[in-house]
Amino acid sequence: MAEVNGGEPLLKVRGLDGWYGESHVLHGVSLDLMEGETITLVGRNGAGKTSTLRAIMNLLPRREGEIHIDGRDMMKVPVHRTAHSGIGYVPEERGIFASLSVSENLMLPPKVAEGGMSVEEIFELFPNLAERRNSPGTKLSGGEQQMLAIARILRTGVRIILLDEPTEGLAPVIIQRIGDVLIELKKKGMTLLLVEQNFRFARKVADRFYLMEDGHILESFPTSQLDAKMGRLHEVVGV
Amino acid sequence: MTMIFGIPLPALLGQLLIGFINGSFYALLSLGLAVIFGLLRVINFAHGAQYMLGAFAAYLLLVHTGLGFWPALIVAPLVVGAISAIIERTMLSRLYDLDHLYGLLFTFGLALIIEGTFRWYFGAAGQPYAGPALLAGGTNLGFMFLPNYRGFVVVASIVICLTVWLLIEKTRLGAYLRAATENPQLVQAFGVNVPLLLTLTYALGAGLAGLAGVLAAPIYQVSPLMGSNLIIIVFAVVVVGGMGSIGGAIVTGYVLGILEGLTKVFYPEASNIVVFVIMAVVLMLRPAGLFGKEI
Repeated sequence: MAEVNGGEPLLKVRGLDGWYGESHVLHGVSLDLMEGETITLVGRNGAGKTSTLRAIMNLLPRREGEIHIDGRDMMKVPVHRTAHSGIGYVPEERGIFASLSVSENLMLPPKVAEGGMSVEEIFELFPNLAERRNSPGTKLSGGEQQMLAIARILRTGVRIILLDEPTEGLAPVIIQRIGDVLIELKKKGMTLLLVEQNFRFARKVADRFYLMEDGHILESFPTSQLDAKMGRLHEVVGV
Repeated sequence: MTMIFGIPLPALLGQLLIGFINGSFYALLSLGLAVIFGLLRVINFAHGAQYMLGAFAAYLLLVHTGLGFWPALIVAPLVVGAISAIIERTMLSRLYDLDHLYGLLFTFGLALIIEGTFRWYFGAAGQPYAGPALLAGGTNLGFMFLPNYRGFVVVASIVICLTVWLLIEKTRLGAYLRAATENPQLVQAFGVNVPLLLTLTYALGAGLAGLAGVLAAPIYQVSPLMGSNLIIIVFAVVVVGGMGSIGGAIVTGYVLGILEGLTKVFYPEASNIVVFVIMAVVLMLRPAGLFGKEI
């Protein structure tokens, strides 16, 4: 596990409940994300993984509980100020804007802190984005869209990135590439919260796993115990 | 005399020019409507009233403060934009979560209230408004006598339309607008104040209507119902161009203005309905409009 900053997590979630209208989707979710650490939420579809990320970004219609980023209470922070606490979001559907070119997509999220990557560094990390900087965002392949969705967050200077199923629907060689990028980011000290169904991918980057079912966190364990937990995971996740 | 299809050339060119001038107003107004609809998904029925407010702001500035056309060209759109921003923040923004019809009903009611108030206060008759002295007189183009002011309106509207188009297509703010049109929640999650963006957009669209109103004041006089007469045609323009398409609204505005002018030459009886006939045909063949995308 990465270094622990005085024992206090960079992202701390306690007793988080969330709702879509009448539907109660999160039940007392608690998790800790230490600075520089990568954790992965696993669970079957509808377990509440995406809802957890959306609740942290304040994108759920209703949420209750506690969320702290770097000690700061996030529950009263409006949506458009949440990112300014140093947190970036890469949604499952990637959210590449069709009416914006690749470079407009890249430049879209405002800088929230110093220390983000420069456009040159980003194009070095993702050379194929550089080649296609003037094409419309949605003319990219799925893998390129995923890379763009990650790349645009790297510019903003955030310390925490929430990634929702970054490998979904992608070819193995692209998954490999995204894995390399995430490992690179970890080396630079980035803190990552990953939702992932692909255990083989997740074990390469994650320090710990949280297992979710029906909007609850069932348990948390370090990656070293992944093999021992595989039977239980297959039972809960059903993969 | 040169004849084209049995029409004297000067008459043809004259009507073309008049069509171009009318088209300038169609383009300015449909541009504002398209900007508002694109981001807010509100069909702004108050657009005609905001156009009228712009004209009245210029008129009242002249009567009460002595400020003439040029200062009014700046001040009146700002006033209309500011009033509209307050209306958006206090009232219209509460309707975004409801069916889009409520936005339409609200702005329709708002237009009736604004126009009714002005009619009660000023009567239905038009007030004359003097154009700028600098642009008095006209130029003989050979085929017609063009009042300088009308030439100015054509040029001004092209410049304004191009500026707004560049603002939306080429700037960072415009990228926020386009992105928020597609996925406002994600743009907000990136740290952009989308509610503020919506307010500014509504103010921009309404301010454009106000600007068109000032430009129209010396040509059409200032009257409480000047907007409601025009807005129906402008809605047809937006439908033909495609809802939410900025470039489409501009181009369609000019083209329909010119087509209307030509109809006056070739078949004057149809000139009042030609825009609506085109709208009906376009709706049958391309329901999303000439430049629109399915939404």
